[in-house]
Amino acid sequence: MSGHDSKYFSTTKKGEIPELKEELNSQYKDKRKDAVKKVIAAMTVGKDVSSLFTDVVNCMQTENLELKKLVYLYLINYAKSQPDLAILAVNTFVKDSQDPNPLIRALAVRTMGCIRVDKITEYLCDPLQRCLKDDDPYVRKTAAICVAKLYDINAELVEDRGFLDSLKDLISDNNPMVVANAVAALAEIQENSSGPIFEITTPTLTKLLTALNECTEWGQVFILDALSRYKASDAREAENIVERVTPRLQHANCAVVLSAVKMILQQMELITSTDVVRNLCKKMAPPLVTLLSAEPEIQYVALRNINLIVQRRPTILAHEIKVFFCKYNDPIYVKMEKLEIMIKLASDRNIDQVLLEFKEYATEVDVDFVRKAVRAIGRCAIKLERAAERCISVLLELIKIKVNYVVQEAIIVIKDIFRRYPNTYESIIATLCESLDTLDEPEAKASMIWIIGEYAERIDNADELLESFLESFPEEPPQVQLQLLTATVKLFLKKPTEGPQQMIQVVLNNATVETDNPDLRDRAYIYWRLLSTDPEAAKDVVLAEKPVISDDSNQLDSTLLDELLANIATLSSVYHKPPDAFVTRAKTATQKTEDDDYPDGNETRYSETLSNAANGGASPPSSSSVPHAAARQPAPAPAAPAPAAVPDLLSDLIGLDNNQIVPADQPATSSGPPLPILLPAGSGQGLQISAQLVRQDGQIFYSLQFENNTQITLDGFMIQFNKNSFGLAAAGPLQVPPLAPGASARTLLPMVLFQNMSTGPPNTLLQVAVKNSQQPVWYFNDKILLHVFFTEDGRMERTSFLETWRSLPDSNEVLKEFPGIVVTSAEATLDQLAASNMFFIAKRKHANQDVFYFSAKIPRGTPFLIELTTIIGNPGVKCAIKTPNPEMAPLFFEAIETLLKA
Amino acid sequence: MAGAASALFLLDIKGRVLVWRDYRGDVSAAQAERFFTKLIEKEGDPQSQDPVVYDNGVTYMFVQHSNVYLMTATRQNCNAASLLFFLHRVVDVSVFKHYFEELEEESLRDNFVVVYELLDEIMDFGYPQYTEAKILSEFIKTDAYRMEVTQRPPMAVTNAVSWRSEGINYKKNEVFLDVVESVNILVNSNGQIIRSDVVGALKMRTYLRSLGQSSQYLSSSVPALQGIVVIFDLKDAPHACGYLFILFGFNLCFSGMPECKLGLNDRVLLEAQGRVTKGKAIDLEDIKFHQCVRLARFENDRTISFIPPDGSFDLMTYRLSTQVKPLIWVEAQVEKHSRSRVEIMVKARSQYKERSTATNVEIAVPVPTDASSPNIRTSMGSAAYAPENDALMWKIRSFPGGKEYMLRAEFTLPSITDEEATPERKAPIRVKFEIPYFTVSGIQVRYLKIIEKSGYQALPWVRYITMAGEYELRLI
Repeated sequence: MSGHDSKYFSTTKKGEIPELKEELNSQYKDKRKDAVKKVIAAMTVGKDVSSLFTDVVNCMQTENLELKKLVYLYLINYAKSQPDLAILAVNTFVKDSQDPNPLIRALAVRTMGCIRVDKITEYLCDPLQRCLKDDDPYVRKTAAICVAKLYDINAELVEDRGFLDSLKDLISDNNPMVVANAVAALAEIQENSSGPIFEITTPTLTKLLTALNECTEWGQVFILDALSRYKASDAREAENIVERVTPRLQHANCAVVLSAVKMILQQMELITSTDVVRNLCKKMAPPLVTLLSAEPEIQYVALRNINLIVQRRPTILAHEIKVFFCKYNDPIYVKMEKLEIMIKLASDRNIDQVLLEFKEYATEVDVDFVRKAVRAIGRCAIKLERAAERCISVLLELIKIKVNYVVQEAIIVIKDIFRRYPNTYESIIATLCESLDTLDEPEAKASMIWIIGEYAERIDNADELLESFLESFPEEPPQVQLQLLTATVKLFLKKPTEGPQQMIQVVLNNATVETDNPDLRDRAYIYWRLLSTDPEAAKDVVLAEKPVISDDSNQLDSTLLDELLANIATLSSVYHKPPDAFVTRAKTATQKTEDDDYPDGNETRYSETLSNAANGGASPPSSSSVPHAAARQPAPAPAAPAPAAVPDLLSDLIGLDNNQIVPADQPATSSGPPLPILLPAGSGQGLQISAQLVRQDGQIFYSLQFENNTQITLDGFMIQFNKNSFGLAAAGPLQVPPLAPGASARTLLPMVLFQNMSTGPPNTLLQVAVKNSQQPVWYFNDKILLHVFFTEDGRMERTSFLETWRSLPDSNEVLKEFPGIVVTSAEATLDQLAASNMFFIAKRKHANQDVFYFSAKIPRGTPFLIELTTIIGNPGVKCAIKTPNPEMAPLFFEAIETLLKA
Repeated sequence: MAGAASALFLLDIKGRVLVWRDYRGDVSAAQAERFFTKLIEKEGDPQSQDPVVYDNGVTYMFVQHSNVYLMTATRQNCNAASLLFFLHRVVDVSVFKHYFEELEEESLRDNFVVVYELLDEIMDFGYPQYTEAKILSEFIKTDAYRMEVTQRPPMAVTNAVSWRSEGINYKKNEVFLDVVESVNILVNSNGQIIRSDVVGALKMRTYLRSLGQSSQYLSSSVPALQGIVVIFDLKDAPHACGYLFILFGFNLCFSGMPECKLGLNDRVLLEAQGRVTKGKAIDLEDIKFHQCVRLARFENDRTISFIPPDGSFDLMTYRLSTQVKPLIWVEAQVEKHSRSRVEIMVKARSQYKERSTATNVEIAVPVPTDASSPNIRTSMGSAAYAPENDALMWKIRSFPGGKEYMLRAEFTLPSITDEEATPERKAPIRVKFEIPYFTVSGIQVRYLKIIEKSGYQALPWVRYITMAGEYELRLI
């Protein structure tokens, strides 16, 4: 059935465009058709044929479906570049949308939706309205999707023209395919809108579950994905839903299976009967296992999802560990994921077999895989106390093979095992020491040095071993230097003889005078002072018992896990990141990057962090945090006393109480900084309103200024706030005196939070309505700046800051750069931030940059941990925040930008 | 949760765009191309790259097929499983293969017009729409000089039976059913079986007439193996029509569509019916059905009932994870005399009943990469050194049950070796074979009834075969 279209790609000697132009205007049908094909061929290979626009559009009026499709395709590609000419096509579109042939009606409405030209969308409305009610289901299903297209281009138009209601009507359509597409369209619109558009009610649920049995496999996926948002009212309903969804587990389409699993897992949360839950778990296992016989790409997605599922419900696959054993020809990305799941499923019962597998993998050729296999053995040792000894003996066997990277990896994990089971397996240290000279990776070296220092008293020649490293001290990477320093101090404290004493002098000298690494220098000085003032105290500090580490292979935070499980089968579940972390709603931004080179550096940290997450999934237990983690954490610099914490002596002395200065609801302060104008006099028939949210004395106010430019006196002012993300609402009535013509008044309206919360991701939109007795109601939009919510009690102790920082998963860290902002003076900035309740915690120097740490808190206890990095006096501020509520991050960044700019 | 693809790309082996379709106007081809070429360059081997990659706000997902990549780009949190499966569906199962026989760069160029038409039909606004090749080809034709007949969307596109059109005609009504089982096995170096499972598929080819209207209300069914013919004469018993409907629990009446019902020796079903069977019943662990099978019905009473698509399709797949005895057991002893030679002795034993015979047996035994000058002797079949695979390929045309064959080989090794050489990849022994007229699971098709209004005779043919799937035995 092969075609011969490739001939259209060949070019002629004569100028191509003029020749095509001529052919497009030929009187012969066939010639015109060939010419259009040539145009499309040229378009396909990336030539610009937009100059032929008029000529191609002229061919649009044809009975030939194939030709028509080609012209439409051309239009989709070039309408954007020729918006004015695109109007030429409108007539034909409208005509085609009433063609007797449903194929052409659907084609017309489908294509019009793809032409993203504003002028055209207006003309789209009428045909779309008709097609949504078309007799032919093929046209209706196309029209349903077209509503989503239109919403993407012009949301208002969709709302105004009532398309949403038509779309909702289609949920009750008698054709399952139409229902499925309507669901897909509604779900997408809901995603991009703040208001409740598509709420699944019980009758909708019933309809959709019925349609599920009859629509195509892709339609089933749309429906299942949409329904997984539905929260059943009680266990009974949940059971009923599950019962109707379980047959989908038998579907040959993996996507249907995974979406069904998602839905069942969601509903299972509500089901109380343990029998039912157990039964469901039993039902889900075989389909999940079978996913592993699919194509490798699908296996990969399945494995990433199974990783999440076993974290929540380990029993489902507890007996199936063997299916995760790697096959020789599995692609490396599948092997890596299988390994991760094997660790999660490893138990006392199957550990022997698992270890045998890991050992096998550790002799493969792919270095990354081998390392991961060795690490896996260590993690099993940490996880399963009773199997630890067997794990260690496997590690020792591997060390004996003397493959460089295997040995290094083994030493790293053995260090972790020592931390997990102190004073249990030290007998193997001698074996480890044998491979000392083969170590060349910083992490392995640091681990070995830590082991030597920690067990210096049991290693006869510990001093010799450490000394061998000392010669190269200045060249070692910082990680190794830090460990050498600590290990030498430990050695000295344990064996205060002449040898170690000399060593410690060498080390301290190297680590203070010779180095420019602040971390190393700080630590060295602390040791030095400790040792010189009170060696006994030094012992207590340095040789103190370390906390025992634990297994963290089930590492995802449970709220994050919930969110990810609700997103099974989607990209979010593949990345193990919440959708906000990688979905940007910047739609217009892309158009401009179309042809300009984006700099390579621009591939942002996201891509790295994400690919790390995708590769690594779970990071191995604390392997990077060699003990003394605190020393590697942000900056133990003394915190400046915060102004808020110091009792305000001055005001106490002169008996002033700040609270009395600003009465809450009197329009006393008619002066003050100018407020942004939100309702210009032009749109308010002469009434001008300026307003801003402010924080004063721990309370939030809406500071308003009214200016009456009309000819009449205005009175009876009232205000109302629409639902917003923070539930901001007025705490009392608006107090504005009657305004004579030309007069202005200023008032502070006290506000309260959490009154009328809107759903959906938080945004900064604050919609305000103001009315008076003389004029119609005025609506305007304001922007909520997050910093007005920062509470006075947002200060964190340094220790709790560190703890919180560490306890939050990395996925909760969000980063943004402000290339244009300059911090000229650290003090001024700190004061300014403190005034907005952003509390300074600590500061450190990193290379030539200054790093500041702050904390802030918004009501209902959501803390923000903030790290600002900048070079004083130079443009560019990097802001990283960690918060349990990362969806607030964009709002936070807006606020901090405002604060820093001020 | 909602989300769809922004664009679909067909790229050549170097990552350059051959054809692409922009569905949402929020990604650019130039950017995708640049990203993907870089990815291929960096990795060298794209096989090792995760199939889901993030770059600059866009997620790319791709699969490879011969010298073409299929890739989607998206800015949303879309359903990754669905899109990847869709890509595979587009390449492998139906769409492109149906149209171009083989999907490759050449065939895409030769058919770019159809490719564009297909891209328009299979996906809308990034949502997968319709991927039944057979039906698509009813209104998207490859023939360059097709007749100027206006095409209409086939009913099937939006029908509840979206996989079959009406008005198909065959002189002879036939159904071919192939029961194909693949044995996957993994034996570790201690000779322990650490994994074994059987993946089976019922592959069907149907050539059944389905006409729009028929005057004769007759129905016949021909049970496959027993050869019993049941005929309902509905002309004389109008109520029997209702009976049929009750019998099959229809919700909908599809005029003239052949209705099939398949009976297997499924233990759950037989026990539910309280039947004691002479033969053995089997436990099917995970069954997956083609979309034509009524899943709710199966869930209810384990009846497999369906209206088959026209032509070939996989009716169902299943898996059994019960331990199976390796059908062909291979042992190899490798004696490596460092820097001079390596001796390999291989024993292959068939562990199935004598009346079965494996055909096209192929045993691949890994040998060191630097081996040369082979000297091979076999007691059966032929063996050859395949240096391109670093393996010794032993082929046995026919291998009856209960037999054991031997192979001895000797290779010379170079006298000098590279000290720094990376350790050799420890490849397993891999075996391929086919055993016709035999299934490991013991699955049996008890009957295949075909019921059609006009009451024609349909002939079902059933065949059984067992093959090696991932059959690996690790070397000691």
